[in-house]
Amino acid sequence: MDLIVCIKRVPQTAEAEVKIDASGKDIVRDRLTFDMNEADSYALEAAILLKEKFGGTITAISLGTADAEDTLRIALAKGADNAIRIKAEEFAQLDGFKTAALLKEVIKDITFDAIFTGCMATDDSYYQVGPVLAELLGVGHATLVSKVEVADGKAQVNRELEGGLIEHLEMSLPAVFAVQTGINEPRYASLIAIRRAAGKEIRVVGREEISIELKSNSTLEGLFLPPVGKRAEILSGSTDEISTKAATIIKEKGLI
Amino acid sequence: MATILAVIEHRQGVIRDITFELLTLGRKLAEKNNAQLIGVLLGHDTQSLAESLRTHVHRLLVADHEVFSDFNGETYQQSLATIVKKESPFLTLVGNTAFGIDFAPSLATQLGFPFTTDCIGVEMVDGRIRVTRQLYDGKMDAHVQLAESTSYVLTVRSGICPAEQGGLSAEVEKIESPVVSQPDHKRFIEYIEAVVGDVDITKADVVVGVGRGIKEQANLPLVEDFAKAIGGVVACSRPIVDANWLPKDRQVGSSGKTVKPKLYIAIGISGAFQHIAGMKNSDTIIAINKDSNAPIFNEADYGIVDDLFKVLPALKNKILEIKK
Ligand SMILES: Cc1cc2nc3c(=O)[nH]c(=O)nc-3n(C[C@H](O)[C@H](O)[C@H](O)COP(=O)(O)OP(=O)(O)OC[C@H]3O[C@@H](n4cnc5c(N)ncnc54)[C@H](O)[C@@H]3O)c2cc1C
Ligand SMILES: Cc1cc2nc3c(=O)[nH]c(=O)nc-3n(C[C@H](O)[C@H](O)[C@H](O)COP(=O)(O)OP(=O)(O)OC[C@H]3O[C@@H](n4cnc5c(N)ncnc54)[C@H](O)[C@@H]3O)c2cc1C
Repeated sequence: MDLIVCIKRVPQTAEAEVKIDASGKDIVRDRLTFDMNEADSYALEAAILLKEKFGGTITAISLGTADAEDTLRIALAKGADNAIRIKAEEFAQLDGFKTAALLKEVIKDITFDAIFTGCMATDDSYYQVGPVLAELLGVGHATLVSKVEVADGKAQVNRELEGGLIEHLEMSLPAVFAVQTGINEPRYASLIAIRRAAGKEIRVVGREEISIELKSNSTLEGLFLPPVGKRAEILSGSTDEISTKAATIIKEKGLI
Repeated sequence: MATILAVIEHRQGVIRDITFELLTLGRKLAEKNNAQLIGVLLGHDTQSLAESLRTHVHRLLVADHEVFSDFNGETYQQSLATIVKKESPFLTLVGNTAFGIDFAPSLATQLGFPFTTDCIGVEMVDGRIRVTRQLYDGKMDAHVQLAESTSYVLTVRSGICPAEQGGLSAEVEKIESPVVSQPDHKRFIEYIEAVVGDVDITKADVVVGVGRGIKEQANLPLVEDFAKAIGGVVACSRPIVDANWLPKDRQVGSSGKTVKPKLYIAIGISGAFQHIAGMKNSDTIIAINKDSNAPIFNEADYGIVDDLFKVLPALKNKILEIKK
């Protein structure tokens, strides 16, 4: 099977301090660490598992600046055969739609049986690149995919709905699968594989290759801090004092 | 008259809560912009469903057909493409749910309309749509302006517009189903119910929720001991289940369980809205997180900004002391 995986390099913000930059439209990025988007690791693993079963190739594609190549090399080390970077720096006003449109411009010249994307990127959370890409390519799609098994040219696909209910579908290929986290156990790349991947060529595609004008759907006007909600009463003091306060609150509620 | 169209979400014979939220938002936008709200219900044996919607919309279009017995994103997309073209609303509203995101982005793309997803606020400014979205693990909000168009599609997050009574009285307008069979390339087979485990976290008075801040599976006993001391059950955020450290039936949140205990203690959980959705109605919420900017502190009643590995043993000892 020939498979494509769309990978985004994203800032890791769950534990970091996030600040608005001078433009007001982006966050200060220089002190953040970056990694493969969480769901994309699962998307990549899903492709690797199919390749191990059926043979074929995996092409990893990322729209990003030069540092996205580090993330693509991780994909190469884990099991992708080819990697393509679309030069984000050459395309203005990217949104989910334009991202999908650019990916399509590259993918339309590649034969594929399935495309794997994440269901959502943790930075912008648009939940849309996978299904929009499918629509632009004229193939079927499923989102929030929690299982893909291929037999006799058909895919048995599970989607995870609210409350953990599963929707089981049968789909024909080619198709786009936007996968949910937790669907497999993403492997680690071995040191040898990482070293080998360091020497592999990454195809870089820019304005010269994609000359048509693609429109975007939306413009980000500006970032602002979310309004503080009811805001917790923060218990202060030493660890011991805090613990005493918390235990007292729990006791007063009659819970111990 | 200008119209706003809202897609009715239902599953297994029940209208989902998001529908009434969406219709409330739709009515408010319609009122402000001198428009009518049209509800579109695609389903089978829809009579009682339709009845419960009539007060919420100006018009209610119902396509009742076997093909909608179960959800298939593709049949929804093709049907709605036909209906939206015919009604030409300036705005189509869909829930940002497992249902909505399976067809709304591709529907908008097919129709060539600007769209965006997971909106937490929607305004109309000079005939254009401006939305509020959340970025970076809930640590930033953004205003996003949609490109100029005659029609837009938006998906809206659950819980941002509490459902209100409608006070309208639409007649049901039966329409012919634009689609009469499932497409060959995407067929619904069945629903598979979530597995039931040994512990029911929805029944406990005290729920101890653990998140990625616990770092390693080997650290879980720390939380289990703590839960035992306080007499609670251990639950968790999604990444803990994704890593197979705890079974799925312990997951709290939109794709897991909804709990309403007397006390919920969130340990090393950042407070993503999908998690909040599953625990926000707890009587008392205490959060332990080393990041004072973690969104969980906007939801909790009491916050402890500290290292969980220091706090948990200390708090456990205090609780055991009190118990003695
Ligand atoms: C350098 C750079 C600058 C940007 N500047 C802006 C800006 O100023 N304003 C703005 O609105 N947007 C900007 N974007 C785009 C924005 O960051 C999002 O990538 C885009 O809107 C898609 O949304 P998402 O990532 O949330 O997609 P989702 O739909 O949530 O992502 C789902 C999946 O799609 C795939 N995917 C998403 N993005 C990419 C990608 N870049 N490459 C490969 N696969 C991908 C992944 O598999 C991902 O899991 C920029 C992007 C880059 C890379
Ligand atoms: C469609 C969909 C459905 C989803 N459904 C759910 C769901 O049902 N339930 C759910 O939980 N998530 C769900 N998610 C995932 C959700 O978006 C978040 O990714 C997830 O909730 C994050 O889990 P977390 O808070 O444990 O991890 P993180 O966001 O990584 O947060 C870890 C926290 O631990 C803190 N921490 C780290 N070390 C320490 C320490 N030593 N002491 C104290 N604090 C520490 C950090 O400051 C951070 O705030 C869903 C996502 C999608 C796309």
